[in-house]
Amino acid sequence: MCAKPVRKKSPTSIRNYDKDLLKSFYETMMKIRYFEQNIQEKFLAGEIPGFVHVYIGEEATGTGIMTNLRSDDYIQTTHRGHGHTIAKGAELKRMMAEIYGKKPGFCKGKGGSMHIADFSVGMLGANGVVGGGYTLATGAALATRMLGKDQVTVVFFGDGASNRGTFHEAANMAAAWDLPILFVCENNQWASTTPYRTTTSVEDIADRAQGYGMPGVIVDGNDVFAVYETARKLIEDIRKGSGPALLECKTYRIGGHFVGDPEMYRTKEEVQKVFKENDPISRFEERVLDEKVMTREELDQIKEKVLKEVDEAVEFARQAPEPDPSELYQDLYV
Amino acid sequence: MREITFSQATLEAMDEEMSRDETVFVMGEDIARQGGIFGQFKGLPQKFGFDRVKDTPITETAIVGAGVGAALAGMRPVVDMHFADFMGVCMDEIFNQMAKIHYMFGGQKTVPVVLRAPDGLINQAAAQHSQSLEAWFMHVPGLKVVIPSNPADAKGLLKSAIRDDNPVLFFEHKALFRMSGPVPEEEYLTPIGKAKVVREGKDVTLVSYSLCFNTCLKAAEMLDKEGISVECVDLRTISPIDKNTILESVAKTTRLAVVHEAVKQGGVGAEISAIVAEEAIDYLDAPIVRVGAPFTPVPFAKPLEQAYRITPEKVADAIRKMF
Repeated sequence: MCAKPVRKKSPTSIRNYDKDLLKSFYETMMKIRYFEQNIQEKFLAGEIPGFVHVYIGEEATGTGIMTNLRSDDYIQTTHRGHGHTIAKGAELKRMMAEIYGKKPGFCKGKGGSMHIADFSVGMLGANGVVGGGYTLATGAALATRMLGKDQVTVVFFGDGASNRGTFHEAANMAAAWDLPILFVCENNQWASTTPYRTTTSVEDIADRAQGYGMPGVIVDGNDVFAVYETARKLIEDIRKGSGPALLECKTYRIGGHFVGDPEMYRTKEEVQKVFKENDPISRFEERVLDEKVMTREELDQIKEKVLKEVDEAVEFARQAPEPDPSELYQDLYV
Repeated sequence: MREITFSQATLEAMDEEMSRDETVFVMGEDIARQGGIFGQFKGLPQKFGFDRVKDTPITETAIVGAGVGAALAGMRPVVDMHFADFMGVCMDEIFNQMAKIHYMFGGQKTVPVVLRAPDGLINQAAAQHSQSLEAWFMHVPGLKVVIPSNPADAKGLLKSAIRDDNPVLFFEHKALFRMSGPVPEEEYLTPIGKAKVVREGKDVTLVSYSLCFNTCLKAAEMLDKEGISVECVDLRTISPIDKNTILESVAKTTRLAVVHEAVKQGGVGAEISAIVAEEAIDYLDAPIVRVGAPFTPVPFAKPLEQAYRITPEKVADAIRKMF
């Protein structure tokens, strides 16, 4: 029997953290932040077509979880999937090229932001359908077990998507078959443009784990250390065969549902307040400086490196050729 | 040649493919312990184990989604839909996920999944267990849609479907499972995307598939006695459709009739008629005829079901009017 969800706290000290690990947390979070800021800017300037959904404010979740994964572990992500894809190790240039609809993009310009996939790093695809990924991830977990491998699959979803029937079907199947899969709910408080509590039966999505006989765990999703340590234990257990688990990361969506969202459903003040008090990146900076495990110079160096890398990705995407109309029928069938 | 049933033929296909390739497995509702509701999986779990022949929760959405995900991670799943009617439950997994992944992700990953979907009228099963829904799926780019009419094609097409790197929907009429027919003992594959001229004729081309194709053969015999020579084309695959075989036959006979058990409106017959009208209208000596079910849900009571059903007499009547 599984009890009510457990709440995990931040580690009391981070002084024992390896320096490279700390650096990698910061680098990944900053990479995502700059990447997404660029996306916003270039979309609003009319350079990037389609629909885009950014991950600003939720960087600690993807970073903390992905740091525990091997490159052959699988992830399945959502329409808000840039952060997960970057954290899983996808190359920024090809990713940006895809978002620009260019030929060297991961999907040869056929997918765009909502349909990025990079199978070479175990990223099984973003999904334009909210809640479309759970069952696919469950199947991937089934396959790894049937093939006798010890890979773990992680599926990301939001508070809004936790109301889809697909969640409940996949959770039941995964638990009934003890599959090696971690369900990660990034509860960013907003189901598209609706406050999730007005349409969701529970405060904590992790409560739902109980109904499927799997452990449910809640963590502050804007605290990369708490996410990292909590996910590490869960992923280790899953890899050893414990069966699935549900991790709920409490976070907040700083951007609108999509870039360009007029955000009629909340005030600018509310967003600014959260950003000021609970920005995962500022919190990281404050903590590492407070505990004297990193210096301001070290942080700045990483920032500069990442800025350059993202700028190069944008430039690459801008210069890259568009697909030729003759490629329309390519890849329809094998 | 030996004769076995359609059900046995599909079972042989599964057995041979599962023996040949360890990544092939099958899952669905009631397939392992029960052997499938039509007995079409009987004995498989005893040979391959309950892990490769899996009973699933009653969750078509999760079953098909998991099939797609398992394919992405290196397996070749065969998923049984129990009844084709339940494909509506997992429509997103079929048309938004399975069908699009290869194209939408730029060909990075293939999706070798087979959905087996028992369809059609049997035992007055009524509105939600009797439908023929194949036309929905020929509208979806990325899917292959296979629909055999006899045991030999069922075996050869199922084996081809399992080996195909594209997602394949395999519709099998429930009334066909008990039908016997000659099936070679040696291994063979039937190509997907190739129609077959089963009966040659010179006056009219009759295109059909699945159980209904057998109805058409009976109608052709009746008409033969009246001096109308009917060429019967078994489509076998409806997507990608074998245009050439149809067009060549129409060029020869100058008349076209298309027959299916599915509802006539918006059916496969509409597509074939449009193809022939676009590409071969000059050959036609008579208006195209379509025979399909009336535009109603499948009714329950016997007289109503009988009125709904396509019979050799109805087909023959429709063709007589072409002359």
